[in-house]
Amino acid sequence: MGSTIPGVDGYMYPNEMELQWGLLIVLYPFITGLVAGAFILASLERVFKVEQVKPTYRLALLTALAFLLVAPLPLQLHLGHPERSFEMYLTPHLTSAMAMFGFVYLWYLMAVLLLEIWLEWRREIVLLAASTTGVRGFVYRLLTLGSRNISERALALDDRVGWLVTLIGIPSAFLLHGYVGFIFGSVKANPWWSTPLMPIVFLFSAIVSGVALVLLMYMAVCALKGVAADMRCTDTMGRYLLYAFVIDFSLEMLDLLHRVYEADESFKSLDFMVHTRLYGSHILVQIVAGTMVPIGLLALTQVLSLTERARRGLYVAATILTLVGIFAMRWNVVIGGQLFSKSFLGYTTYKMEFATREGLFTAALLLALPFLILWGLVRLLPPWTAPEWRTDRTTA
Amino acid sequence: MEAPTPRTALFKDAEHLARVAGLFLLGIGGFWVAQRLLVPEGFGQYGHYRPGALADKRDQPLVFAGRAACEQCHTDIAETKAKGKHARPACEACHGALALHASDPTVKPTRPDGRTLCLRCHAALVGRPSPFPQIDAAEHAPEGACTACHAAHDPGLGGAP
Amino acid sequence: MTVDRREFLSRTGKLLLLTGTAAAALEHVLAGRAAAAPGYAETEHWWGMIVDIDKCIGCGNCVRACKEENDVPREPYYFRTWVERYHVEHGDMEHPTVDSPNGGFDGFPERYASGDGSKSFFVPKLCNHCVESPCVQVCPVGATFRSRDGVVLVDKDYCLGCRYCVQACPYGCRYIDPRKHVVDKCDLCYHRITKGLTTACAEACPTGARQLVDLKDPKDPVHAFLRTRSIQVLKPQMATHAKVFYAGLDGSVR
Repeated sequence: MGSTIPGVDGYMYPNEMELQWGLLIVLYPFITGLVAGAFILASLERVFKVEQVKPTYRLALLTALAFLLVAPLPLQLHLGHPERSFEMYLTPHLTSAMAMFGFVYLWYLMAVLLLEIWLEWRREIVLLAASTTGVRGFVYRLLTLGSRNISERALALDDRVGWLVTLIGIPSAFLLHGYVGFIFGSVKANPWWSTPLMPIVFLFSAIVSGVALVLLMYMAVCALKGVAADMRCTDTMGRYLLYAFVIDFSLEMLDLLHRVYEADESFKSLDFMVHTRLYGSHILVQIVAGTMVPIGLLALTQVLSLTERARRGLYVAATILTLVGIFAMRWNVVIGGQLFSKSFLGYTTYKMEFATREGLFTAALLLALPFLILWGLVRLLPPWTAPEWRTDRTTA
Repeated sequence: MEAPTPRTALFKDAEHLARVAGLFLLGIGGFWVAQRLLVPEGFGQYGHYRPGALADKRDQPLVFAGRAACEQCHTDIAETKAKGKHARPACEACHGALALHASDPTVKPTRPDGRTLCLRCHAALVGRPSPFPQIDAAEHAPEGACTACHAAHDPGLGGAP
Repeated sequence: MTVDRREFLSRTGKLLLLTGTAAAALEHVLAGRAAAAPGYAETEHWWGMIVDIDKCIGCGNCVRACKEENDVPREPYYFRTWVERYHVEHGDMEHPTVDSPNGGFDGFPERYASGDGSKSFFVPKLCNHCVESPCVQVCPVGATFRSRDGVVLVDKDYCLGCRYCVQACPYGCRYIDPRKHVVDKCDLCYHRITKGLTTACAEACPTGARQLVDLKDPKDPVHAFLRTRSIQVLKPQMATHAKVFYAGLDGSVR
């Protein structure tokens, strides 16, 4: 039975008709997912010795940092009182998964990412501190923290400590993004969200998105610099992307199968929602275009013998579709979870605005910002030393 | 110059790491100080909340006075009402919120309309439990005030006005 | 007012740590205030509510009274309490038709006929002041909490407006106040019950369908009510240990 309220079909509890978490809350897990995924890719080389992906190590770290710096912004813009957000540091409520955000974020930023980046670039920082003048030189001198020791022993020590930091960084990255999955997955009131699989699904889709981003960026940066992309590197990343994707897709299909089979009280309502309001974003964008097509394209590169050019083209197509698909996944979780009523008798619509604090324009700016920051970071801490890409860390 | 011993050499090469560790300790120390200064007074005393919030809540002004306040002054009406069919509804259920009047009797409340108000409860509506007295407004005295026959405070027919 | 040195250092420290606006806004929050009320001991009470469906006539008095007492925004859709009308045809419990026009604020327009094999009834809803409240569990800072007398309250000066509690509530009883950008919900008229009055909704209810109860009071009618009637809470499968007890609640109620 239709209702007289625009956008609402059937019955929704009166307070439910307006969505609580909108586009910016979709953006946040997307961004932290990219951070976690880029970092996991970097750790592949550093800890698991997959040396084929070495050329992307530094780029992956900087990408992770650029996105991590932007990550709190969508949250701050969403809060009713952002000036009170420091309360999470003062009186964190230990039963709330959200309360750990401030600490996990700070820990990951300071004790993992910044530390690892500093250790990785320390040699260049010290050299540039001596050779650069002006403001930039001042920044480098500040970054040296007063120590100019780049002897072989010091650098070897940096290497060992960096390895340890990356090792600790892997579970830290899992926590940084996994806790978001738990925030949703632990809400028993919402059957679309409530599942123990949620943190794992979030994590694997994060790995997928992070690897896809770094792969795409690596090829883009190579193209911009007029340098040939290392195909061993791209092929390895493509392979890992495929593996992660298969696991991610399997998990999501498992969740779906489970829901369809058990068909609990929420099932009919959710099923209806997926087939109507969520059809485009869930079936068409997330599953077909964003998962099955990229998996198909990546699988092609594995089973067929293709030219470098063909493979590069496939990687570009696959990674772009992947990123769109993973964004759609976040959308479907966050927005989808609020489109249906907890009475299971009705549905509402998400009225996305454009130029407001939580609108589309703001979201677009927030998505563009990390690339701007990355550009700055790359200029400050080049992932390569001129004239060509150097992957060897200890020689000048 | 004397060759550095392995221990001093190690310390020299690890000195930058010691600086980082120092920065971390400084940060943690600063955080601890900030926490001591900024956590609201008494937070956590009764549970994970600010006890001052309870006082804030209690300070909220009353809008409805409550029937006891009405009965303090309007004893005669209270007596009449208590004997009839309208014993259960409180005064403000019909007369609206009257805390202002209760605290300052010179503030005059508005008299409710003797038809619209009554129909709000007593108009027949599917879903209302059948024992509850309901009438079809189109058939039961379709014109005029209900109070023409039913005294508001003792609506049973034959009761005192 | 004298300011001793310790107080001065403390204040300056705080001001230095926060920006001016945040410091000003928090000044009274940081200051201690007496939590105890004269003549009211929290530990002597355990508040709840009983709702008798067989008495509710859907007049909407409670919705109007609550909005007036607690300054709830009048424009839709913000409700601390609301009334739903259920219409069940031929005993089809799985597919009731439910409506709540403006939460029942203006009563209900005539919509159904009787004698056609259907049944209709009204269900008032409010915050259930759960003992195992999922909304309290998820608040990241402790802005919503259960007081020692069993009322789930919101500290409006501390709430960040993150909306996690709104998501976690299975009953849909929370909303964000569009003027203050913090969460609001039924607080059992805490400012009234701590003064010996009843809630605005119970005061306004003409049939006694809604009544405030104190489970710790041996003379409270709740004990007889729970003992003699068939009692339900909403969504018992959520195991929230809700303290709003319904008598005469149909199985079709969501």
